[in-house]
Amino acid sequence: MRGVRQVFKRDFKVYFLSPIAYIVISIFLILSGWFFFSTFFLFNQAEMRSFFSLLPILFAFIVPAVTMRLFSEELNTGSYELLLTLPVSVRDVVIGKFAAAVAFVGLMLVPTLSYGICISFYGDLDWGPVVGGYVGAVLLGAAFASVGLFASSLTRNQIIAFIIGMSVCFVLTLIDKMLFFLPESAVGVFQFLGADFHFQNISRGILDSRDIVYFLSVCFVALYGTYLVIQEKK
Amino acid sequence: MIKVEDLTKYYGNLCAVDHISFEIRKGEILGLLGPNGAGKSTTLRILTCFFQPTSGNVSVKDYNIYDHPLEIKGLIGYLPETAPLYHEMLVYDYLRYVADVRGFPKEKQLPRIKEISSLCGLQDVMHRSVNELSRGYKQRVGIGHAMLSDPEILVLDEPTAGLDPNQIVEIRNIIKEIGKEKTIILSTHILSEAEATCDRVLIINKGKIVADGSTESLKEESDSAYDIHLSLQGVEYKEVEQAFSSVTGIRKVSRGEDMDHTVNLVLSCSAGEDIRSDLYQIIKQKDWSLLEFHRESRTLENLFRELTKEG
Repeated sequence: MRGVRQVFKRDFKVYFLSPIAYIVISIFLILSGWFFFSTFFLFNQAEMRSFFSLLPILFAFIVPAVTMRLFSEELNTGSYELLLTLPVSVRDVVIGKFAAAVAFVGLMLVPTLSYGICISFYGDLDWGPVVGGYVGAVLLGAAFASVGLFASSLTRNQIIAFIIGMSVCFVLTLIDKMLFFLPESAVGVFQFLGADFHFQNISRGILDSRDIVYFLSVCFVALYGTYLVIQEKK
Repeated sequence: MIKVEDLTKYYGNLCAVDHISFEIRKGEILGLLGPNGAGKSTTLRILTCFFQPTSGNVSVKDYNIYDHPLEIKGLIGYLPETAPLYHEMLVYDYLRYVADVRGFPKEKQLPRIKEISSLCGLQDVMHRSVNELSRGYKQRVGIGHAMLSDPEILVLDEPTAGLDPNQIVEIRNIIKEIGKEKTIILSTHILSEAEATCDRVLIINKGKIVADGSTESLKEESDSAYDIHLSLQGVEYKEVEQAFSSVTGIRKVSRGEDMDHTVNLVLSCSAGEDIRSDLYQIIKQKDWSLLEFHRESRTLENLFRELTKEG
């Protein structure tokens, strides 16, 4: 456990030593704020639905940018040799880095709470779907972070890691929008694979175990893949 | 303390380490010598549980690398070849981080970091970030990193690479000093360094151990104990060869380049007998003009070249 905690602490801290954290948070807030509020007053409804419906596509870009350096940079500079010869296991390293990325995504969401607070002054905001939305957003962020971490473990080039991570997240987001190409029998399966489909369920305020299991299993599969890739490098 | 048994490592088809076995006792300073690509670093990386061997076993104390890698990593302080530190961290933060990961007690961390910084000469750079440091300072931080938690075993991969001559002497002294209590394994391709610091050397070539022993015993074991260099003028090589054939104790005569009617010879001689007076008697008798006549003892360098020569 000490290994996980120390890896988490270092990787989380390092986000703020380089400009990357500030740039990513700014871009996220500018994009989400602008897309959300540009149509908010037209609908004249006190709810955050349109903010949450934006999130999967935004996260598909932003989260791989957060995770791209986690392994790629270490592979590139060789520092993972020092890391893995300290008394930590590969599992500790993978979990620690994943936790750092999820914590960062969570932190990125904190300023958007002010949207909800502002809206509640103007109208009667129903907090149920908002709470559900944030729970879903953290789950979605965790799933994408695990995919991004996996992409990062594949290559020593951060840009390639970003592109791979983004592509996979994009497919997961858009897969349930492409269903009309498919035979009817396959629709259910592909719909279930879509991250957006599950996220929208949760953000309506319905916490269904199927959706939670979906996100947790994406995390598990991607993290296990990362573990195998790093183990293989030995 | 450390036992390596039949260790083999393949990278694809390339065999980097080929069935090597050796043991290291507690308190020993062992030098791994070998040309580039001989398998030194690979061996050290397996010892430190960074790589998994293709076959064979390594055990440190009672732990083996397959079942107890964490315990072994806890016992070993390791400096990789290029000291690949986290470049965005401050030196102080970095050492603090290493102490935390190694579970060094919080209240002892600060005094220990101070001790290390004065030992490795890091006082002036403690609050600079690692990527601003020169090669030599990075190396010193790397050595500090390895020694920080006061581990029982130190594994140093080319510890003096990139340091200036003064620092090299300092680091060697540090190694000798801590080598009194700790077990140290270091790899190097600088032979004088191995001679100066190590109790015992292992020479590796193409993944195999070709020599094992203290530097003195290795020199003695080698075929010939010393060489005699001779330069003679106004004489034919054949004549010289014939004249010297009667002298016992010459193992090999190798001919250097002839220049201006001068014959240059190197005679490899076996240990024990001094044949210089015999040779001189012959030369005096034949009345050759003698330009050069000196004896050179075998150095580790000659031995190294002999053992690791291509082909």
